[in-house]
Amino acid sequence: MQPSYLLTVLTFLPLAGTAALFMLRADDHEWIRRIALAISLVEFGLSLLLIRGFAPDSAQYQFAEYHNWIPSPPIHYHVGVDGISLFLVILTTFLTPIAILASWKSIDQRVRAFFITLLVLETGVIGVFISLDLFLFFLFWEVMLIPMYLLIGVWGHERRIYAAIKFILYTMLGSILMLVAMIWLYELSGSFDLPQIQSMLVSGQVTLSLRTELLLFAAFFLAFAIKVPLFPLHTWLPDAHTEAPTAGSIILAGVLLKMGTYGMLRFCLPLFPEAAHRFAPYVAVLAIIGIIYGALVAMVQTDLKRLVAYSSVSHLGFVVLGLFAFDPTAVQGALYQMLNHGVSTGALFVLVGMLYDRRHTHLIREFGGLATPLPVIAAFFLFVSLASAGLPMLNGFVGEFLILSGTFVRHANWAAPAAIGVILSAIYLLWAYQRVFFGEVTQEKNRTLADADRREWAVLVAMAVLILWMGIGSVGFTRRTEASTRNVFMLMQRPQAYNARAALASSRSPIPGGLR
Amino acid sequence: MFPPREDILRLLPEIILCLSGILLMLVEPFLTRARRNVLVTLAALGSGLALVSTIYPATLPGTAFSGLLRIDGFSVFVHVVVEAVAFLVVIGSADYLDREHIQHGEYYALILFATAGMGVMASAAELMTAFVGLETSSISTYILASYRRDVPRSNESALKYFLLGSFATAFFLYGVALVYGATGTTQLARMTFPATPGGERLLDLGLALMLVGLAFKVAAAPFQLWTPDVYEGAPAPITALMASGPKAAAFALLLRILASVSAAGTFWFWALWISAALTMFVGNLAAVAQSNVKRMLAYSSISHAGYMLVALAAAAASDQVELGVAAVLYYLAVYALMKLGAFILVSQLGGESERHMEIDDFRGLAVRQPVAAACFALFLLSLLGLPVTAGFLGKFYIFNAALASRLVWLAVLLAINSVIASFYYLRVIVVMYMREPNQTWPPVPMPWAVTFVLSVAAAGTFYLGLFPGRVMALATQAALSLPGR
Repeated sequence: MQPSYLLTVLTFLPLAGTAALFMLRADDHEWIRRIALAISLVEFGLSLLLIRGFAPDSAQYQFAEYHNWIPSPPIHYHVGVDGISLFLVILTTFLTPIAILASWKSIDQRVRAFFITLLVLETGVIGVFISLDLFLFFLFWEVMLIPMYLLIGVWGHERRIYAAIKFILYTMLGSILMLVAMIWLYELSGSFDLPQIQSMLVSGQVTLSLRTELLLFAAFFLAFAIKVPLFPLHTWLPDAHTEAPTAGSIILAGVLLKMGTYGMLRFCLPLFPEAAHRFAPYVAVLAIIGIIYGALVAMVQTDLKRLVAYSSVSHLGFVVLGLFAFDPTAVQGALYQMLNHGVSTGALFVLVGMLYDRRHTHLIREFGGLATPLPVIAAFFLFVSLASAGLPMLNGFVGEFLILSGTFVRHANWAAPAAIGVILSAIYLLWAYQRVFFGEVTQEKNRTLADADRREWAVLVAMAVLILWMGIGSVGFTRRTEASTRNVFMLMQRPQAYNARAALASSRSPIPGGLR
Repeated sequence: MFPPREDILRLLPEIILCLSGILLMLVEPFLTRARRNVLVTLAALGSGLALVSTIYPATLPGTAFSGLLRIDGFSVFVHVVVEAVAFLVVIGSADYLDREHIQHGEYYALILFATAGMGVMASAAELMTAFVGLETSSISTYILASYRRDVPRSNESALKYFLLGSFATAFFLYGVALVYGATGTTQLARMTFPATPGGERLLDLGLALMLVGLAFKVAAAPFQLWTPDVYEGAPAPITALMASGPKAAAFALLLRILASVSAAGTFWFWALWISAALTMFVGNLAAVAQSNVKRMLAYSSISHAGYMLVALAAAAASDQVELGVAAVLYYLAVYALMKLGAFILVSQLGGESERHMEIDDFRGLAVRQPVAAACFALFLLSLLGLPVTAGFLGKFYIFNAALASRLVWLAVLLAINSVIASFYYLRVIVVMYMREPNQTWPPVPMPWAVTFVLSVAAAGTFYLGLFPGRVMALATQAALSLPGR
């Protein structure tokens, strides 16, 4: 394959673009917005080239680049995409212009700094998805925290500083332990290169003792579980979402949370299969609790943005459940659900942001009967809510269906309670919809609100089209992700894993109910 | 009896430092008040020349002065660090001294003398020489700490530093005496076996006392109590010097003893382990509660000593000291850069007589002085250990050394401490970026000298954070150049 610099360009184009913004006068808001949008659109266009050049049947890392970076310990600039990361990259480049458009008018303080932060964030997120070197991955993973921290802390709402600090401390706690685990893994394998470590593990060249594997898995998993966030580590999320500006919420829900589930799929499962199998029942329980708990808490929220935030806890629970069902269909569904959630929850945050721009509140009781003054926004809101609730023909259905059917095959007792979450999500979304949009207009000042303008139309149509397309044309996506998800299961095979399990089984049998 | 030419060249940096110090004091009486800027030029030239002249020891490794000094990659590395620190502190001090009306030649001379002492510590192959270096650098810094003569706090700082520091030096000296009694030598290279019967215990005791003395100098718990008061009271540029230079030299001495004396490795290991854990927690937990920037940075420098002690413990735990030693050396360079940048920046932003040293005084700095705020944020993030900045790679190498020696729990403690630390570093960023400005005073100007120092520190922070290869190779070479046990 010819060397390609597309991924490097994709990663660093937004960062380079900030230079253009630095050259503009700080108070030239209009041009700052336009340039930022232009950069993000070019970025999106370039990312579509990935699909064109992507070989769908291959599980290999494509568009790979490999350069020496730090000689000792050996660290390389190694990037590439496979079916797992391909669409996550595109989701990022898609949501960034949406986020820029969504903050077109609502951001009027320190505008230049805002768009610079947003673009730096995009660089960080893309870097996370394409890194194939553990060190490089960690670098992007951490660096991306700072722009998100600033987005929440500088441009957020009233309790923004509390939320920002909570967000960053939670994430750092997880990630620093992951760093320790990465270095430990390096001490054992002599490499930071993910494919290389992977092949050494599969070939049996490097073996992890069970205790080591459990500890390493736990360290990686904790970092990712905080990011997802998995119940009971989710408490930073509602605060961060509620206080973040619209753009922050879009990126946070749309892509940042996916970094957690992506990490599980990329690192936890293939590197530590034995530990993953042992932890799976507990993880599944937490995921199911998250699904139901998130939905129930979402139901009683009085703040619309908090409601959407809790719905994320619920939806991401599905994804984690799908991943830990160890079924190719469920994993496919989980991957698809990551994209779905990015698009539909992103769209929900866009819509909530639009309401906030008009009324400067997220409280449901401040709304009511909004369908009369805002018919267009109401229609799109319904459409997106249904997508999020998993209506067939729309995107959410495909993901949830794949996850539940895949999980059911392996663990029927996991799938049954999880399915309740689907019903609950319809309840809280439609109930909220009813309270906000249906009936008589309850507040006088809501009567005169202006409906969507051209910019808002553009954003909403783009998202709605994508939602519909992902609902109908899901094959176009799953066709490209299938080889890579199957590959994950190939990588989970270990020559010694069976021996270990067999040895354990034999050692356990003489003592009934012995040590575990 | 004149020493051979090579030996002179091997000591050239120290000679240049001392001579330019003397020259400074001789020149001063001939200068009018208006011409005082000649002083800083001379001092900068002196320290710069000393820095350049390390090329001689670098090309002439070996022992000098009948085995008193050992010039190797290790000593050269530490020399470069402490001399670069002196150079930057000299340049960064000029405007501060003008503002405080204490522009005198002896200030610079003392910095240069102190640096010469640190240089001797770094290359001492023998404990009495090390002691002379330690005293030279300590006494100069005692005086410098009290340099704001009219400020009671500065006097308090110096007195505290002097009293406790003398105690610590006495400990060190007593330790040297005991070690001498046990082994019959003060030469590090020959200190392997106790010479007298029952000497093991004497040797252990001596080593313990030496560790106490040096732990005081690096501000390791439980000997860290002086640090916040002294750092707060001393003139801010001197705080920058104290936090980076003497600490580097004391660590160098610790490392050299650790690498050369096998008894030190086994005997010190648990002491280092416990002290590392304690130092990290004490420094970080106390820093969380500070409202004064200088005090916060002082506690943070305690915690950083703890991080370096982790690598030291790693070096003590394994037969291969290189990983740990190289990690410490790299961290010393990184740490000197970021701490120096932070303190020099604070010294400038503090305004006349360091009035604005509360964290709250930095409110809205990002709006008022975006470049200064960005610079400070960079140093803070580097101290925190965020990737892309030097602090991250420094910490990364420490983790690497610790895990290579299988010190998993110490590594986990280090990780937990990094998270605690991020709280107070980020709080300053919160204040600068997320709060509305409330200052009534005008923005502080950034003179070119300060700008120069900050640019060097910032560029270094990025360089060492992105391309550690070359410096790390030097640090590894330096570590390998130490005589094995």
